[in-house]
Amino acid sequence: MSELTEVTAVRPGPGRRFLQSDLFYSFRRSPLTIASAVVSLILVLAALFAPLIAPQNPFDPASISIIDSFYPPAWSSEGQAGFLLGTDDQGRDVLSTILYGMRISLAVGFASVILAMVIGVTLGLIAGYVGGVTDAIIMRIADVQLTFPAILTALLIDGVARAIAGPHAYDQIVFFVLVLAIGLSFWVQYARTVRGSVLVEANKEYVLAARLIGLSPFTIMFRHVLPNVLGPVLVIATINLALAIITEATLSFLGVGVPPTQPSLGTLIRIGNDYLFSGEWWITIFPGITLAILALAVNLLGDWLRDALNPKLR
Amino acid sequence: MNPTLSVKNLRVEIPTRRGVLTAIDDLSFDIAPGEVLGVVGESGAGKSITGSAIIGLLDPPGRIASGEIRLGKERIDNLPPSAMRRIRGNRIGMIFQDPLTSLNPLYRIGEQLTETILTHERMSAKAAWEKAERLLIEVGIPAAGTRLSSYPHQFSGGMRQRVVIALALAADPELVIADEPTTALDVSVQAQIISLLKRLCKDRGTSVMLITHDMGVIAETADRVCVLYAGRLAEIGAVRDVVKHAQHPYSLGLMAAIPSLSGNPDEKLEQIPGSMPRLGAIPEGCAFNPRCTYAFERCRMERPAVYPAGASRASCFLHDLAGGQMPPTETLRRAEADGILLTAPAGEGGR
Amino acid sequence: MNNQAASMQAVPAEANAPLVEVRELHRVFDLSKRWLNRVLEGSGKVVLTAVDGVDMTIRRGETYALVGESGSGKSTIAKMVVGLLPPTSGTVHINGVDIWGERGARQRQMRRKIQMIFQDPFASLNPRWRVGSIVAEPIKAFGLIADAHDRQARVGELLSLVGLDPLDAGKFPHEFSGGQRQRIAIARALASEPEFIVCDEPTSALDVSVQAQVLNLLRDLQERLGLTYLFISHNLAVVRHMATRVGVLYLGRLVEEAPSRELFSEPKHPYTRMLLDAVPDIGMEGVEREPIAGEIPNPVNPPPGCHFNPRCPHVMEHCRTTVPPLCEVNQANVLCHLYEGGALARPYGI
Repeated sequence: MSELTEVTAVRPGPGRRFLQSDLFYSFRRSPLTIASAVVSLILVLAALFAPLIAPQNPFDPASISIIDSFYPPAWSSEGQAGFLLGTDDQGRDVLSTILYGMRISLAVGFASVILAMVIGVTLGLIAGYVGGVTDAIIMRIADVQLTFPAILTALLIDGVARAIAGPHAYDQIVFFVLVLAIGLSFWVQYARTVRGSVLVEANKEYVLAARLIGLSPFTIMFRHVLPNVLGPVLVIATINLALAIITEATLSFLGVGVPPTQPSLGTLIRIGNDYLFSGEWWITIFPGITLAILALAVNLLGDWLRDALNPKLR
Repeated sequence: MNPTLSVKNLRVEIPTRRGVLTAIDDLSFDIAPGEVLGVVGESGAGKSITGSAIIGLLDPPGRIASGEIRLGKERIDNLPPSAMRRIRGNRIGMIFQDPLTSLNPLYRIGEQLTETILTHERMSAKAAWEKAERLLIEVGIPAAGTRLSSYPHQFSGGMRQRVVIALALAADPELVIADEPTTALDVSVQAQIISLLKRLCKDRGTSVMLITHDMGVIAETADRVCVLYAGRLAEIGAVRDVVKHAQHPYSLGLMAAIPSLSGNPDEKLEQIPGSMPRLGAIPEGCAFNPRCTYAFERCRMERPAVYPAGASRASCFLHDLAGGQMPPTETLRRAEADGILLTAPAGEGGR
Repeated sequence: MNNQAASMQAVPAEANAPLVEVRELHRVFDLSKRWLNRVLEGSGKVVLTAVDGVDMTIRRGETYALVGESGSGKSTIAKMVVGLLPPTSGTVHINGVDIWGERGARQRQMRRKIQMIFQDPFASLNPRWRVGSIVAEPIKAFGLIADAHDRQARVGELLSLVGLDPLDAGKFPHEFSGGQRQRIAIARALASEPEFIVCDEPTSALDVSVQAQVLNLLRDLQERLGLTYLFISHNLAVVRHMATRVGVLYLGRLVEEAPSRELFSEPKHPYTRMLLDAVPDIGMEGVEREPIAGEIPNPVNPPPGCHFNPRCPHVMEHCRTTVPPLCEVNQANVLCHLYEGGALARPYGI
């Protein structure tokens, strides 16, 4: 007995195992990946701690003044030192709106990716493991879903929600509608990938061994098969995070996303767009740059993860 | 007579993040014209890497670190890829385990054969097609004339391997490298392919390097056999000698571990304890010493060279007793009883 | 059937009593394209008869080997015998219990007594699980040891039994060589305290020196634990070393069945003779042999009559039309027209 307790002491912990892993090794070897990880981390932290670092709370009517509107960035001749990236039409500090906007963008992004992942992985597992008619039905639904562009699905769900909830209530639930809209338009990729991996894994002998001792299909799917198909899921999730953020921005830009009172990056770009040709370029350019950097950094991370987890590309 | 292929002090390295692995270490052997040399070893012993090194197709980042490979008189280990491509197929034919890797699924068999024939020989397309047909007849494919227009997937596994043999011999190469040519085939088909390969190469005087893990195949096909262990040569000699009177403790153990159709089925199989080390963890001294029942101190300190051992050559200090420290008498007695021909009389061991 | 099962159980479990009884086992696979494609392309149904009426009796404590080449149906039989694949028709009784007729507790109780060792030690262990959890899983699944510490101790015991270190329980499968992984798989198979283990090509993925270790281990365990094996292999030398009784399969039919010694010293069916002649063997170095012509036919469309007739050197007219009857010759059962109507032990004077 005592020797078995020693086992845990001898084995390296998960932290050290990660530091010795091939994954970490390939991470360390790619400066671009390190840079994009650092940028992503800074942006996520900045969004998370926006209330602490932002110069003002752009959603608090008491702290903003219409008199401060349309200040250009601080470094131009007419700029004000207090507003580093200038102010918008309502006198809100652009830097602050970006930080707060990123919160909403990231929150929608993460939540919709998780929703898509849960739906997609579950359906993929069931389709792959159960097979037969169930598989056919799930995959045909996926095929149909795939023929709609993601943005169209999102618009459709948004429109339906708007019609049901009415304009006032809609503002309250807009966050959930966006998550649902984006989540539902991205699940297919997870389902297909997981189904493919499950078809491979389910024929492996460790699954036969588990069936032999009479484990239920549910147990086998979640305890045995799922951990072995998570690698590709993680890759898709990372790349999808960037896509989800952009989709949210697109929806907001089209005016079906979050309202201007609680602007996300997309809403900010839309608001600023109105002033682009009257010379107040900073209102739209800075949120635009932030969105581009955020999406690029996350996407590069996803690309690296895909290559690092794919033994063929090593 | 000059050997067809001569490998001298070949060393193949694979750089990895945890340091440089030595996949092949100081390997030397010759293949005489018309000879079949069997290369055996367990998975990871380096048999396939040796084959790939000879044909210049080492998987990157693997590389030949030192040593030389000569085909006839020409040195081929440092040729540019374009020159090597001409040698492959023309002067060295190749047969792999999976026939489908050597055949292009999109081209008819006849097209693939004539292509190889024409790169080697100047002749009309019609003459090449006729030669291709003769080749198919030679490898025993029924209705060869019509089969030339078939695609690879229209053949059965055994027939496909026959086509690959025809392809390997199409340019009349000096050497054929066959890497596990029968492993993917059923037992009954295996025998056909082995005897075909043997007969064709004998008729043409082609040398063969036969890489396999199956000692049975080697015993029936090869003239000489080269036993690899952890990327190093353990023993090389005539098949009869190595199978019946192995001189290296590893080959001795290996032969005894193989279940045979003769032998007493009720007896337990001899077993070699442990397993072959991974490339990153090859022990000091003789690579086999932790598993060897005759190992003594010298084996743990120093690496054996290849010494004459009976009718073969083996890299084991039991065959270099004059050259250094002696093992305990008991070990010598045991080794002698097991059939290892010692260079010095066992009685002198006690000194 | 049920009456028979009940009476079988009443018989005390003595040595040499039948443990596994397989009767008239059939398995048909439907390889047809989907219904819509069939209608559009006008193609018919395509069925493959993988197992075609196999009868076997495996006695307690013996090693019954099934030999065959690809397409012979040996792995399909293994899966039906352990309960992974339902038969199309026929029965499998273990200890007198119909394994495909039982449900619930009785079925669970029986499953515990049957285990399997697979061919590929790299695919048979879940790469994300520690060895300790892998070996402990059957113990947990059958609720054999409730206490976690006792269970760990049992896992250590099992690992030592197969020649590994109890400390190995904390490692992951990728830290082991092929032979060691196969030992882990054996430990897992032993964890539910089975009586009957199906070994499906347990050494064909291993190197020879390691193969000997695993074969010796399997024989050791059989002696110590009184196990019964169904041993499936294409390697005749390995089978000769392991088996007490051998069945030779050709395209889903058991063409010859005999005690191991008799089968290897006096093979009767022309296919068995051919197989024995074809095996490259280290004892036969330098021997020139005439290899048998032809390949295994496509199992979707096997030749009528005796499946072996196109390759058989002794083929007769009725071999091409009628399925041969089962003939008893000495202690062997042979499916061949040559032995029809009397014991013609050596029909072609060898």
